Amino acid sequence: MNSASSTFISRFLQSRIVWPLAGLALLLLFNLIFDRAFFEVTTRDGNFYGPMLTVMRLSVVVMLLAMGMTLVIATGGVDLSVGSVMAIVGTLVAFLAVKHHLGFPSLLGVAISVSLSIGAFNGVLISCVGIQPIVVTLIMMVLGRGVALNITGGSPLQVMDSGVLFLGKSFIMGVPVQIFLVLFVFAITVMLCRKTAIGLFVEAVGDNETASRLSGVNARGIKVLVYIFSAVCAALAALVSIGDAGSVDPDGLGQMLELDAITAVVVGGTVLTGGRFTLLGSLIGALLIQTLATTLIRQGMDSAYAPVPKALVILVVCLLQSQKFRAQIASLIGNFRKPTS
Amino acid sequence: MKHTLTTSSLRWTTFALLTAAVTTFTGCDKKADTQSANPQGGGKKLVVGFSQVGADNDWRVAETKSIRDEAAKRGIELKYDDAKDDMSKQLAAISSFIAQGVDAIILAPKVETGWEPVLKEAKAAKIPVILVDRGIKVSDESLYATLIASDFVAEGKMAADWLAKKTGGKANIIELEGTPGAAPAIDRKKGFADGIAAFPEMKIIAAQSGDFKTAKGKEVTETLLQKHGKDVTAIYAHNDNMALGAIEAIKAAGKKPGQEIIIVSVDAVKAGFESMVKGELNCAVECTPLLGPAAFDALDKILKNEKLDKKTVVADRVFDQSSAAAELPNRKY
Repeated sequence: MNSASSTFISRFLQSRIVWPLAGLALLLLFNLIFDRAFFEVTTRDGNFYGPMLTVMRLSVVVMLLAMGMTLVIATGGVDLSVGSVMAIVGTLVAFLAVKHHLGFPSLLGVAISVSLSIGAFNGVLISCVGIQPIVVTLIMMVLGRGVALNITGGSPLQVMDSGVLFLGKSFIMGVPVQIFLVLFVFAITVMLCRKTAIGLFVEAVGDNETASRLSGVNARGIKVLVYIFSAVCAALAALVSIGDAGSVDPDGLGQMLELDAITAVVVGGTVLTGGRFTLLGSLIGALLIQTLATTLIRQGMDSAYAPVPKALVILVVCLLQSQKFRAQIASLIGNFRKPTS
Repeated sequence: MKHTLTTSSLRWTTFALLTAAVTTFTGCDKKADTQSANPQGGGKKLVVGFSQVGADNDWRVAETKSIRDEAAKRGIELKYDDAKDDMSKQLAAISSFIAQGVDAIILAPKVETGWEPVLKEAKAAKIPVILVDRGIKVSDESLYATLIASDFVAEGKMAADWLAKKTGGKANIIELEGTPGAAPAIDRKKGFADGIAAFPEMKIIAAQSGDFKTAKGKEVTETLLQKHGKDVTAIYAHNDNMALGAIEAIKAAGKKPGQEIIIVSVDAVKAGFESMVKGELNCAVECTPLLGPAAFDALDKILKNEKLDKKTVVADRVFDQSSAAAELPNRKY
């Protein structure tokens, strides 16, 4: 093996995404052994169907949320309001389509501008007023759900707009549209973070806000920006989710998804204390969560106990990510080996 | 006393004793008045306090309207309090009703526990309490007069009966359960299981929770349809939202909802009716919010000192595609 490829492998093994990937691989291995049908792919009308594709399609919502959440967490914050932003945007879009017959461009405009304002509101309260992120976004989480419920009086609504339905249900070259959407958002975000200084600034703010400000980084601006980005991601997630489901339930849409998004980010290898982040890791984290959920449903796991294996998988991946834990395990194994050798 | 006195229960007890004392002094002749007078006709106007848990959805709004309308119809003065989903506000509202010396209290409780102190207060003041739509847990059943509610078990049974009739007692069913641990989820599951027990060829081939949510209902159905494929002939959902999600999943799998796969759900909200009219949802068992008439009938019985069961079940109706169109214009929630 030449040295170039061996450094590549060792770099890969040290990167953060290796552990969530390992978790995902284990789950797929489980399915390969116990549930071969999990990997079946069929075509109908030229479109691909199958459990794996369903997993990918269903994880798009959490992937979108997780991308916004990654940047927020990288600045040392957290955004608990994304589920409620989804509820407001989803309900409002469905409502305007049904009652006021707005077309898709206007609906998209409404979705973006509403989420932009909510994100800016969060960001300004956090960075300029100095309230803690968990408090501000918790307020928005509670308030947002109430607003969403009041739009329709809590009743579910059918989604009528063909553009929204296209986002959730259609295929391009046989592949579900939302997979392209999430790849597009991912590509743009990675470009903005890695080809410009924004990513560096985000990490700087998360590592040490005062130091970053003293060295000329506009820390406040960066913080407002990441909360806006998170809310806009939530708006896109809402459009995908309601397009897929075909109707909106204001009390259920996005509920608890903020926790799934945080889980995806943490499992993906970004630490909650801020600083370095990995967007790819968060996508893998989201995929891992959905693969697990689908596996449990297919295995007929009683829903009342399903959270237990979910918690276990998260725990294992997080433990493996901890260098300290790995060192302890390694030394344990070392101690175990010594007497025999 | 069995349990130790915490500060809060001590506070409640003191409060209860005080209010009880106050009402014994001030309220005795009035009480005698209403007991003797005919509750329906003439005399003094009855005053009833209604503590509603919240008004955050149309079902609750319809429930409140039903109670208000019925009170107006019977010439009863209704004092209404919306607790905005806050338990402490609801406790305060009941205390305030007691202090005002109302003749009866109607309570739509937020949760099952924590009502004992305030209900003892009401009992001491001889004010009957009628529960609507949800039950509570108390050590002493005499703390409330009766519970007016739909019977979730009966709803599950009605769904099973309808499905048995529709399919000739032969079906492979996916059951979409509500949130694990929620009373409607437990009871609607039990009722349905009881209902299909008589039909050996009706089998539940998979049961998974969809958390009462549309998106989750779709996710679960989509995955289960991939797993069980052609075997599935019917879906039973614990609420309409999940059924609507399931219908989308059936369409995505290239099948015709309502024809190739029969869908039965509970709640019968407006969106469910719209789906039935479209020919997709087959049947919805109603969970009615219109509890006003039954609540005031119970009050009549209490005032006439007639015997009253601890639970008064309100009859729910079953709607299917043949009756949906006629009922749709009446659906407000």
